[in-house]
Parts: sequence; C-alpha cells; structure tokens
Amino acid sequence: MTESPLVELDGVGVRIGSTQILRDVDLEVDAGEVVGLFGANGAGKTTALRLMATLIRPAQGTGRVLGADLTSPERYDVRRRIGMIGHTPGIFPELTLVENLLYAARVAGVPSERAGEALSAVGLGGAADRLAGASSHGMQRRTEFARELMIDRSLLLLDEPHSALDRDAVDLVEGLIARTAAEGGAVVVVSHDRDRINKIASRTVELAGGTLS
Amino acid sequence: MTTGFWHQVSAVVHRDLLRERRRGDVLWITIPFGAIALLLIPLAVGTDAILLRQIGPGMYWVIVMLFGVLVSVGKASNETLPQQDASALLGLDPAAGFVGRATSATLLLLIFEVVVGVVAVGLYDVSIIGIPWLIVTLIIVAIGLALLGTLTGSIVNSTSAGTALVPLLVAPLSVPLLLGATQSYEGLRLGHSILSWVLLMVAVVLIVAIIGVLTARPLQET
Repeated sequence: MTESPLVELDGVGVRIGSTQILRDVDLEVDAGEVVGLFGANGAGKTTALRLMATLIRPAQGTGRVLGADLTSPERYDVRRRIGMIGHTPGIFPELTLVENLLYAARVAGVPSERAGEALSAVGLGGAADRLAGASSHGMQRRTEFARELMIDRSLLLLDEPHSALDRDAVDLVEGLIARTAAEGGAVVVVSHDRDRINKIASRTVELAGGTLS
Repeated sequence: MTTGFWHQVSAVVHRDLLRERRRGDVLWITIPFGAIALLLIPLAVGTDAILLRQIGPGMYWVIVMLFGVLVSVGKASNETLPQQDASALLGLDPAAGFVGRATSATLLLLIFEVVVGVVAVGLYDVSIIGIPWLIVTLIIVAIGLALLGTLTGSIVNSTSAGTALVPLLVAPLSVPLLLGATQSYEGLRLGHSILSWVLLMVAVVLIVAIIGVLTARPLQET
C-alpha cells in the first residue's frame, strides 16, 4: 500500500477543445477513503473522473494518481489498477455478458475462471450467455460491477453508481465500495443522491463552475 | 499480473471477430455491395468480352481498395468512448489495440478479396495466373489496407474532423498499394518479375505499421 495519497491534484485545469472544463482543482484522496463528489449537470464531474482515471491530461497544474504523474507515460502502468463505471456502459453490446468479462480478463491478465465467478457474484450467473445489447441497462451495469470485482482495483471511480439498479444490486455496489476502501484502495463516487452518498462517504466535495469547494 | 503484448492482441482480434460475426457488416453488407459494384461496371462500359477481360483486374483492385478501406476504417472507429475507456483501464496497450484491430480487419479483408475475386473471375473472365504470387499480393494488400484503415480510424476517433478526413488520409497512401497490386498482376500476365512491386507494397505496409504503432498512444490521448 502506498503511504502518499492515491490521488493528488494540485491546481489542475482541463480544457476540452476551447472550453475550460476544470480550473484550479485541488484534491487529495487517501487510501481507505470514499469521497462523494457532487455538482450540477455540466459542472465537470465526469471530466474530473476521467482525469483521475488518467484518461485525460491536465492542461494546467500537476497531478499524480497511484503515484503516476498524469502527464508522463508512467500513467499507462497504473491504469489497470483503476476502475471506472460511467453513465454509459463500457461493454460491447454484440458480445454476451460472459464474453465481455472474458475479454476483460484476457486483456487484464486475470484467470478466465474469474469471469463466471464474478458474474455469479452479481446475480447474473443464469444470464451469462445473453447478449449485452439485449440485456437491460441494469444488467449491463451489473456486468460492469462484475468486471470491477474480477480485477483488483486500487482506485474506483463511479459515476451515479446507484442509477438503474434494484435493491440487491445497490447492496452489491455498496459492498464493492466498502471492500475497495477496506483493502487500502479509495473510491470517488459522483452522485446527485446526497443522502445515500452521505451514508457511505468519508467526506464529500462539491464541484461548481469547474472548481472544487 | 501483466499480460504480454501478443496476448492482448489476440484478445482484441477475438473480440472484433465475435462482434463482426454478430453484426455481419462485412459478410452481409460490404461483400454484397462489392459484388454489385463489379456487376454494375459492365452495364456502364458495355459487355464486350475482350474489354471486360482487359479492365477486369484493374476494376477488381479498385473495388478491393475502396471497400477495403471502408471495412477497416469502420472496424477501427466503431468503439464508443466508454468502450475505449474501459479497454484502456484494463491495461490494454494502445499499440496492442492497434495491431489487434488491424489483424481482425486483415482477416475480414481476405474473405472480402476471395469472395469478390470469385465474382470478378466469373463476370470478367479474368485469368488466374501465378497463383503463389497472387496469394502473396492478396495478403499484402489486405494487411496494407487494414493497417491504413485502422490508422485512419484511430485518427478519426481522436480528432473533431471526424470522417471528413478519411478520403484525404487514405487516398495518397493507398495509391502505392493499388499500383503495386495492378502492376503485379500485369507483370504475372506478361511473365515479368514482380519483385519490385511486391517490395513497394511491403515497404508501404511496414511504414504504415510503424506509424500506427508509434502513434497509438498519442492518438489515444487526444
């Protein structure tokens, strides 16, 4: 486990095209923390998650995630330890649910047996051979959570993780969040549901006009 | 635990071929349209058998080039941003992603070349000569077009210009392949050595492959 914060953003700004999405963002997330990130639509929450996932480089300021500088090639080496679940499922609709997980396992270097186990763990063992495109949004999200269960992540970035999920799936998500934090990882959760996040987060921050408060 | 480069390449190839099997873009759309294009040409230029035999090989390669680039560009640019993000966060090496997409496109293009080739032989009475060299040419052209289309697709994905860039990027780079393919066939027909044309195509393939691998990371970032 690293002693330094898992996420360190110092005066970070992000531009997409000619639009300044984030400006002067300072944030530290330590191991074991669950941070709730609130903000209105268009405040830059999704961009902040993609920045912490090392998928976007900052235009201003400095940042490190899992010890890797966000502007250096070392960020590629830590990506496999970062899990992100966004609004739109990042799975392939033409593949079955289990094929999506098998693809993830093969790329990530995880034993393929874990795919079936993870799918069963999220209650989709009986739907393994169903095409993702023919599955409900909730099932697609469960499949994404199965992927995160299958791969050991140190940092979990979740965008509205409770949406489209039934009660059982919500319990699964909250279990995954608790497990990641308990194992020395960290979780950043974007949500509009303040009550729910206040119950599970160690602290919360607000993003407004591209800046954290 | 980390996986090797080629293990990731094989995962991407397997994924893309599964997606194609379910979507059928190449098998049920591109191949029939390629065959129809070959069928329409005699309607436009006349059905003179000698003329068709003369222009047949050239028409075949033009159709392969145009449809081939469309196939590989389509394959390279049919991932949504969340899908790309998810793959990146699995630790997929961008270069492995490029090679994997190009490999699956190569396999699909080989099928396209063979099926459309059979149609060309039937419609234009094209002679099949120098089979070993012809196979080498078909493979090199398939690899070249797949690499070119995959590189173009990656550029399209990473810029706001979108698909408007495709013709500008593809046209100049596909000319050496078209020249190499048509001149190789002509050389075989006349009994000349085609080595120089094969080397030209191999050089194009190597250049595009190196550019594709080296630019895979920067293109993923933009």
